[in-house]
Parts: sequence; C-alpha cells; structure tokens
Amino acid sequence: MPDPVVSRRDLLKAGLIGGAGLVLAVHLDACARLDADPPPTSAPFAPDAWIRIGTDGIVTVVVDRSEMGQGVTTALPMLVAEELDADWAMVRFEQAPVNPAYVNPLAGSQRTGGSTSVRAAWLPMRRAAAKARAMLVLAAARAWGVPARTCTTERGVVRHPATGRSASYGELAVMAGRLPVPADAPLKQPGDFRIIGRPLPRLDVPSKVNGTAVYGIDVQVPGLLVATVARCPAFGGRLRRFDAARALAVPGVRHVVPIETGVAVVADGYWQALRGRQALTVEWDDGPLAGLDSAGVQQRLEDIASEAGVRVKSWGSDSPLHTNDARVVNARYDLPYLAHATMEPTNATAHVAGDRCTVWVPTQYQSGTIVGDGAREVAARAAGLSPGAVTVHTTLLGGAFGRRVEHECLSEAVQLSKAVGAPVKVIYSREDDIRHDHYRPVSHHRLEARLDPAGRPVAWRHKLVAPSIMSRFVSPYLPGWLAHRFGPVKHGIDNAAVEGAASPPYRIPAFRLDYVMANIGVPLGFWRSVGHSHNIFVVESFIDELADAAGADPYRFRRELLVDHPRLLAVLDLAADKAVWGSPAPRGLGRGIAIAELYGGYVGLVAEAGVERGAVVVRRVVCAADVGTVVNPDIAAAQVEGGIVFGLTAALKGEISLKGGAVQQGNFDDYQLLRLPEMPAIEVFFVPSAEPPAGLGEVATPVIAPAVANALARATGRRVRRLPIRPESLTA
Amino acid sequence: MIELRVNGVIHRADVEPAMPLLWVLREVLGLTGTKFGCGIGQCGACTVHLDGAPVRSCQLAAGSAAGRAVTTIEGLAASAPHPVQEAWIAEQVPQCGYCQSGQVMSAAALLARVSRPTDAEIDAAMSGNLCRCGTYQRIRRAVRRAAGEPPHA
Repeated sequence: MPDPVVSRRDLLKAGLIGGAGLVLAVHLDACARLDADPPPTSAPFAPDAWIRIGTDGIVTVVVDRSEMGQGVTTALPMLVAEELDADWAMVRFEQAPVNPAYVNPLAGSQRTGGSTSVRAAWLPMRRAAAKARAMLVLAAARAWGVPARTCTTERGVVRHPATGRSASYGELAVMAGRLPVPADAPLKQPGDFRIIGRPLPRLDVPSKVNGTAVYGIDVQVPGLLVATVARCPAFGGRLRRFDAARALAVPGVRHVVPIETGVAVVADGYWQALRGRQALTVEWDDGPLAGLDSAGVQQRLEDIASEAGVRVKSWGSDSPLHTNDARVVNARYDLPYLAHATMEPTNATAHVAGDRCTVWVPTQYQSGTIVGDGAREVAARAAGLSPGAVTVHTTLLGGAFGRRVEHECLSEAVQLSKAVGAPVKVIYSREDDIRHDHYRPVSHHRLEARLDPAGRPVAWRHKLVAPSIMSRFVSPYLPGWLAHRFGPVKHGIDNAAVEGAASPPYRIPAFRLDYVMANIGVPLGFWRSVGHSHNIFVVESFIDELADAAGADPYRFRRELLVDHPRLLAVLDLAADKAVWGSPAPRGLGRGIAIAELYGGYVGLVAEAGVERGAVVVRRVVCAADVGTVVNPDIAAAQVEGGIVFGLTAALKGEISLKGGAVQQGNFDDYQLLRLPEMPAIEVFFVPSAEPPAGLGEVATPVIAPAVANALARATGRRVRRLPIRPESLTA
Repeated sequence: MIELRVNGVIHRADVEPAMPLLWVLREVLGLTGTKFGCGIGQCGACTVHLDGAPVRSCQLAAGSAAGRAVTTIEGLAASAPHPVQEAWIAEQVPQCGYCQSGQVMSAAALLARVSRPTDAEIDAAMSGNLCRCGTYQRIRRAVRRAAGEPPHA
C-alpha cells in the first residue's frame, strides 16, 4: 500500500480545501479518512483531482465516473488531453476513489447516470487541463528565461520556437509541480481541437478482448468466500423459518446466515454456495403481495385511470372532446415492467475488518445521499461504521443501465463479511438478478385528441397511470406538507414517470397531461432513459395515429408541427433524408419514423420493419442525432447503436410478468434479449454542432419502439398499442 | 483430484468432478476472463474451446474436460493478439466488454473451422452469444475482418 499520508498541500492542490471554515472542516474530515483508499497515482505534477504527470511523461487521468460500457474512460481523458496538448499515446486512466472532489455536479453525488458524464466534465476537466498546460509552459519559460507567451505546446512537449528549445512534459513535471495553480487559463476554440472530435480507439478495449479486464465479479481477495442468498420470491415477503442442516452438509459450504433479505449460504466458491442453497429448507411468509399477478396489476391501473390524478401540465382552452366527433382520436397504450438484465450479474465483495470496511463493487453510485444511498453509505450502515471508515473500490461494470445505483447486494456482502469474519463476495444467480431487480415501471396511458377540418391537432389529452419510482426516496421524517412541496415527488408528480410526456414538441393549441400514481409494491428503479422509455413510445405512436387520421404522411405531419423546434426538425429531416423517406419501402416492410428530445439531445429515427414467417423483423434503422459537440464520434455512434438495441429488445421481447407476487421470468430462456441474427443494420448520423455536449447514452433508447410500431402500422395496417409487440396481434 | 490441461498447462485441481468447468477456471485456477452470465448455457459468456470446439463451460462438468485441451480467452493467443482479437480492436467492438471473451472465443472457433464464413454462418455461429450493450453490428464486421473479408458486406 502506498504512503497514506495526505498533506495539506495535496488537499489544497486537489481543490479540497475551501476558504470557509465549515467547508474546510468537512473536507478535511472526508480526506483524513481516505487513508486506506488507493490514492490516485502519485506523481510530481498533480495540479488537481484529475491530472497526474510523471517524470516518464505518462499522463494519468483520474476518471471519476464509472465505466459501464459508455466509453467514459476514453472520453474524459480526451477532454484533458485536448487542453493539455498531451501526446495521446502517453495518456492512461485510473478509476477515482470516493472523494468530494469527484462529485458529479449534475447529480449532486458521486454517481454516473442520467447521461451526464461528458456534459458534467466538459468545462471543469478542460479548465483543469488548460491550467496544467499553463503551469508546464511557465516551468519551461522560467527554465529558459523566456516569456511564457512565446512558448507553444504540442503532443506533450513545450517548445520555444525562437530558440528551438523544447522540453517534454515528463522533463517539466517536477518543476511544474512546484508552481502555484493559476486562477484561470484560456480554453481552446473548437476550431483548434485536435483530439476532441476524433474517433480515437478506446483505452479500455485491449483489456476487454484478452480477458484481463476486471469486473466486480472477478475480484479476488485472499481468504475470499462466496455467498448466494435465498430470498423470498414474492416481493415484500419475509423469512418464517429455515433449516440449515442439509445445506451445511454440502461440501465447501462454511456458513448459513440469516440476513435482512433472506438466508445466505457462504461457501468456498459460487457453485458450492449454490448447491448449498438448493439444499436449504426455507419457509417464507409471502407477505402482502402474495395474491398479485399481472392481470391484477393491469386491472388496478385501469380501475384508477378514472381518477382525476394530478394535473402535470396544461395549456390552451380545455374544451371537452366529443367522442362522437369523427375528428376525435382515442387510444390506450400499455407497457410492462422490465428488468435491466446486465450481462454481469449483480455482485459485490466486502471485507469488514475491525473498524474498517473495504468494498469492491461494480457501482454507478459511489457515494451520496440524494436519491437513495451510495455504496459508501450503504456499506457503512451495514457494517455499523461511519462512512469515512469505508473504502470503495469501483471495478469495471459489466453493463449497468441504471441497475447499479441500487446496493442491496452490497449491503448483503457487508453484513455477511461482518458475520463470518472473512471477505465475502455475493453473486446473484441470473435468476436472482431477474427476479430481484428494481424494475422499469409498468404504465397505462389514455390519449384523446381532436383534429381541425384541415387535419391539424387542436387538442391533446393524456392520462398517464403508473407507479412512482421516486416516492421511495421521500423522507419518512419530513412532514407530509413539506415533502409535498419540496420532496422528490413534488406536488404529487413524479418527474421520472412523466418525463417525455409533459411537453410534446408539436404545436398543439390545447394540451393537458394528468398523472395518476398507482403504487403497487413491485420494486422500481431507473432503466435506461427512465420515463422516456414508455412516454416517447406513447407520444410518438399517438402522433402517428393522428397523422393517419388526418390522412397525412407521418413525416410531413410532424414537420409542420415542429415549427418551434429547429434542432428537432433538423434531426427529423436528416433521418428522413438518409432513409430516403419518400421512396418505396423494401417489399413486405413498412417505414416508421419517431423523434425525441431528452437529456439535452435530439434524435430522429427511421425504422424499416415488417412481419415475416410469424415474427417481427427490423431490417434497417437510420438514426440522426444532435448531441452538441461529439467528443468521440465512434464511441458516440456505438452508444447510439447500443441504445437502439436496448430499446428494440424491449419492444420485441421485454416483459416481466407477475404471479403470486413474484416475477415469473428467471433467465435468458424466458427473459429474452435480442440476438445477433435479429440485428438490423444501423446507420448513425450526427448533426455537426459547436454547442456543448448533450446527453448521449440514453437518447436513442426510447425512439426505436415507436418507429418500429409506426413501421408495422404501415406494413400490416395494424397498430401496436401494447409492448412488447406480439406478432400474432399484427396478422390475426 | 482432477487433472486439467488449460492453455497448455497441466493443473491438478482438488474439486468435485461435477463442478462446472467455468467455476474451476474462475475460482480455482484464477482465470477470470471466462465469464458467468446465466448458468444455463443461454448467453455464451462462458465460452471456451474444448479440443478446439466452442463449449459453454457453465454446462460442462470439470471431470469431463479431464484429459482434453481447454483453451480460454487468456490462452487464445501466445504472444501477439489473435486475428479475432485484432479485428475486435480494429472495429472497436466492446462497450462494457463483459460478454466479449465469449464472443471472441465463439468467433475464433468459427474461423478455425470455416476460414471464409458466409453471413448466414456468422449469424449461426454467433447466435448463442448475447450482448446487452448491442455490439452485434460491430461483431459482424469484426468477424468478416478477421476472415480477411471487407468488414462491410
């Protein structure tokens, strides 16, 4: 373990000490307890929390967001390398420890999600790098006795063109490390970028094709035991009694431990633990949801759809819509619960030793208390220690998609390590992972619109019935009236439920959205694009239905209603143009279009789909995106491709159903994912832009389902109003 | 005690013969490049080669691998990267990367059997490997590249 001493100077340099006494105290407390953390690579030149330059010239960028596939361990180093004028071949990355310096300013916690990583780092990391560059230049200028402004930088070297002198960043690192950090340094103009905007290969890819990349499940610690936990299949159920005798007789099983979530079998390895669990005799009290099944959930949503709910948004005169009017269009849409199904099953490793707790966890949420608790806080509570006594090692994440902000598994690992006195890794079986997720909420939608004689929509009403993700974060200690006004479900509106439905971009004179909260008891969570994942399907399907009712082309219909949204109009046009919208679709297929604005980005998508031999096929997808400045076009395209596959999998296959209060699916045989032979050709186009980067990782996910549904309406004459799409409903 | 030949090295492992090869590789031999994804042979993350043929190591009892040649992602290439690994890098296939050991092993086994696979053969050989990040388009291109064909059909 490297020298744990953290000097005040280090803290100053890391920007951890503020001027105010209170801030100082808080930060010193946080830092003083970092002694067991791996300090980011020590280097003679470490001007801030992110940049380390050694005498060998290696630039190590401390990446403070989790790498879950989105390429952040390349994109953030690119921001630094750009303003530093680093030699990209000398750039490395390192995962940040828990530290206030690494809080995500767009999340208010050390957390990765909401398509924020590049957006949040765009200015701070570039500013830090520009200052570091200025220090390197100043170090060289002083050594040479020349004005700093007469020096230039290029690929990790400071040059003085007038005298022909040059020095590498490695040679300057020690001298630069003795200089004060300047208050400011100018940023490059976009026209001067030589790294940002290039499709540089990812820094993490070589390790991901030779087996050396380390995910949470790969963590190895001396003396490690592996546990699986038997949990009540029904949500909200409890352990009644258990008999460990047969489990303990399985070779390799060391302990059987009842914990908060069930009964854990702790063994020498996963297979032994799983066999022990199979031998366990457990009796559950199935709890309050024991009688719940999917039909009951649907019934409940439809029953309360008649309630008024909460007015989320409205404008224009809200005159009644007459259902006997030929120009009134009605539709109901239903979307199911969904699991995340990350390829790496949920897991966590913990070692509680005396008054310290060390955890290794593939987490999106290292620390914080804003929306649920971060890994550090959860581990501290489970260990009975203060958060400062916990060290969090963030491993690579084998997919995340919102699943890995939840930390029950980590809590289990900590409880078990404490109980058995050894490091413990808890691994969810695939069945555990599918049946004990935090699900994308089910939702039921009722829409009604009226068209004027010219076929333009004049009124739009949407009643959205769905459980609330955010209501579990309402503090039980806050008085109700206070929570109502300031809590995460302000005025009874869960933004995570209504986002994407509250402001359709189309010019509609009268609009209203009402939300009926339908809490059911199934655990809920954030699933790639969250509320947009259902609402964009509804809005973009319904606008297509209106186009049909108006007898209009769905692309032109949208176009005319997007007059106030130039960036959306541009992606709509670009997608239509690249897909050659007006041309005949391939035989047997239809073409569908959809758009969305989310996380600051704009996306338009055309899909070609049909039904062949009883199955829905999607052959080609053309996606246009305006996400501001694109830092790395190849990684960005990969995110769009992946986001489309994620949404397409849900559209064609995704459904979590319930019986007896428990999830019926368990593995990839009954919770199926898209496979390679089903993969459409995807073409991605980015609108050139000098705007700051927008969100990217989630923007394409919600538009594919409505585009496919709209394409199928063209191909089959039948409208999809329930996901996943059932091919039999299109051919019957 | 069973004797396993993994990546050319003989290992004696004190495990029950019924233990799936996957867990012997990962937890006894420390070869964690081979991944656990489903435990029922549905996802392909645990794909290794047994005498050159792709197998799901979560479904193979370690005892049945005794005396046969097991190759894992760690042993796919001796020194320089395997052509499939090179193609995977050239096409920038991985995102989260968790499934990619299995993808690479399936592709390498395909190309060892068929040097110039058709698109249908690629689809068939790779259909057992799931990727939640959605890298399939790049996988198709990378397999074609590794086969010496133009990545774009």
